Amino acid sequence: MGDTKAKSPGAVQTTGHAWDGDIQEFNNPLPNWWLWAFYATVVFALVYWVLYPAWPVGGTFTKGVMNDITFVDSDGKKVTTHWNTRALLLKDLQDGKEARLSREYMNKVAAAGYSEILGDAEMMAFTRSVAKGLFGDNCAPCHGSGGQGVIGLFPNLADDSWLWGGRIEDIQNTIGQGHLGFMPAFRDTFNDKQLDDLAFYVLSLSGNKVDEAASARGKILFQTDAGGCYYCHTKAGTGLKSQGAANLTDQIWTIADVNGATDLETKKERVEKVISSGVQRQMPHWSDRLSAAQIKLLTVYVHELGGGQ
Amino acid sequence: MSDAGTEPLYQARIPIYPRSVKGPFRNLKWGILGLAYGVYFLLPWLRWERNVGPDQAVLFDIAARKFYLFGLVVHAQDLFWLAGLLMIAALLLFFVTGIAGRVFCGYFCFQTLWTDLYLLIERLVQGDRAARIRLDKTPWTAGKMMRKGMTHLLWLLAAFWTGLTFTLYWDNAPQLIVDWFTGRAPFAAYATTLFLTATTYVMAGLAREQVCTYMCPYARFQSVMFDADTRIVAYDAARGEGSQGRHKVSRELKSQEQRHQQGVGDCIDCGYCVQVCPTGIDIRNGLQVQCISCALCIDACATIMQSLGWGKSLVRYTSEKQAAGEPSRIWKPKTVAYGLVLLAAASALGWSVGHQAPLEMSVVQMRQPLFVRLSDGRIQNNYELHLENKTDEPLRLAITMRGLAGAELDVGRLASLELPPQRSLRVVARVRWQSHHDIKGSRSFFFDVIPQRRRDVGMVSAPATFYLPGRED
Repeated sequence: MGDTKAKSPGAVQTTGHAWDGDIQEFNNPLPNWWLWAFYATVVFALVYWVLYPAWPVGGTFTKGVMNDITFVDSDGKKVTTHWNTRALLLKDLQDGKEARLSREYMNKVAAAGYSEILGDAEMMAFTRSVAKGLFGDNCAPCHGSGGQGVIGLFPNLADDSWLWGGRIEDIQNTIGQGHLGFMPAFRDTFNDKQLDDLAFYVLSLSGNKVDEAASARGKILFQTDAGGCYYCHTKAGTGLKSQGAANLTDQIWTIADVNGATDLETKKERVEKVISSGVQRQMPHWSDRLSAAQIKLLTVYVHELGGGQ
Repeated sequence: MSDAGTEPLYQARIPIYPRSVKGPFRNLKWGILGLAYGVYFLLPWLRWERNVGPDQAVLFDIAARKFYLFGLVVHAQDLFWLAGLLMIAALLLFFVTGIAGRVFCGYFCFQTLWTDLYLLIERLVQGDRAARIRLDKTPWTAGKMMRKGMTHLLWLLAAFWTGLTFTLYWDNAPQLIVDWFTGRAPFAAYATTLFLTATTYVMAGLAREQVCTYMCPYARFQSVMFDADTRIVAYDAARGEGSQGRHKVSRELKSQEQRHQQGVGDCIDCGYCVQVCPTGIDIRNGLQVQCISCALCIDACATIMQSLGWGKSLVRYTSEKQAAGEPSRIWKPKTVAYGLVLLAAASALGWSVGHQAPLEMSVVQMRQPLFVRLSDGRIQNNYELHLENKTDEPLRLAITMRGLAGAELDVGRLASLELPPQRSLRVVARVRWQSHHDIKGSRSFFFDVIPQRRRDVGMVSAPATFYLPGRED
């Protein structure tokens, strides 16, 4: 290094050989910092081979020493493995500071009663943050990410109408056991005129202005064994929660999109379609897919969406 | 390549062996160094009583997103103060540099302080300048290896303690230091400590003045702020050189009178001012970009002049105008403007810190679904209220709303809730309102959160929007 610098600037060293009399080779040695960085990478590699998985040997490979990771696998068994990022992630998910805090809080919520949770702002905030994920994974495909549902297919969970009951224990039952919602098809029972009458009566229940004579005829069909609607919907039209029968007196329509129509004729047609075709809906049960604690969190979450009862 | 005049781009470092010196400026610098090190190395250990939070006076808690500074807790929302602080620091640098030159470089810069410490270690182990030059020239013996090794070991120890101390600002110091040495500290603690150990060792031990000359951007742009009135460390050429230039003391040029008669200046060319310079320049060549205004050459020349009885130091703080015999002034439009802006920025930051909101609320509309029709025909909108209590006491809060006549607010059973000190909470609020035929689209209103039984914490309001179906049926 020292003597190259002493030479005049721009002069390049040669290797000293001369071929065919005058052919010489320039000597441009690597900069020292480059060389030392290279040696450092060699040393790094040697240390790496000892500590981490490195060399393939036959069907297996060297596992490295002193970098073992212990975590609990999905069967609940303790596993100790050589260093790898997947195990590292699993371990972090189980033992990380956040994981421990979350577990601690989960236990607290699992041990608490519903009324205790509902009255505690912190537990509610925790419930919401965890249940939002659970809801998104399990419920949102049908009910929508905000529980808004789809008219005609999946009930809206964000309003205050509850087909199967809106109290905490009703919601917990619904999630845990699932439900079969069924209304028979009446297309063979009623003729077109009877369908018109019945539809007008049903619309009148929620305050729509309809032909009163038709509505009165519909009322008879509804409230007697001629139609038998009252078996499930009750004579007042408020619906039996045990049957998941809709309350026909409120402003919420879960099957026929009455609120989406502007004129009475369309409204009537939509109601008639439901009466003649019936309803068949199913919500699966979640008790063997989700833990009791998870169902508890979801219950509180769903209860809070619309305000609950 | 071989064109004449092509110079290599690489300038090998010329070793500098700064000599020690005594004097008022050196004492001032030792004082500043002691004060700065006292603060830096001891601050993490200072305890501070708090109702909630750590009992460390200064702690930057990244995980909890809170900075603790004595009685002040800086929350994530307050982080714009940092921007204010940086602006003040920049303005202070402009202001001071315009008036007094590179004061920061010479007295306060970390590079200067740590280089001073490293030079002190070097001197204590290897001796002063002459001894160090001699030692570097001797062949490698056991004694030389011992001295060199001891120097580097002490440097590394100082660097390590510097790095570790920095790390202690980010976690509970007494606990972290135990964890650090027992292998239980987080990876970030080791990485930070070792990185700063390495940089301190390399910058203060090996690179030294090259950091100032080649790396530091401040060194370059500070010279832009210089003008003819700026205080600089300068050599009094008129007195030092006379009409015939400087000359060493010789038989004919011994006393001041003899020298003056022959037109020779007071500078005896002893070279002391050059030997003490940490950046290795000769101040007698005038103002140079390498000069960090450390003023050690003033002390050096003063020592010589005093021993000769020839009066004051030939090197002194002056300005270009003053040196030329013209009046020099400090308060000029430029410095006054910097000063005013600095004052304004500092007052704004001070006001903002003094008026930190003890309670904060923000409202997020839950948009999926944006609104819901209820069984009685009313419309419901849901909101998430983010509440943050920045005080040291739990706050009992009542949540109310105003601006929507006849609307109902439902926060479940949390209409009155307790917010723990230094904590934040999210609460869902449902607002129900009769749908009006004459109002379409949306309507603005306010959420109010009212602290109960507290006079010192006022009500906090946040605006929100109530959405109605766009088309009425």
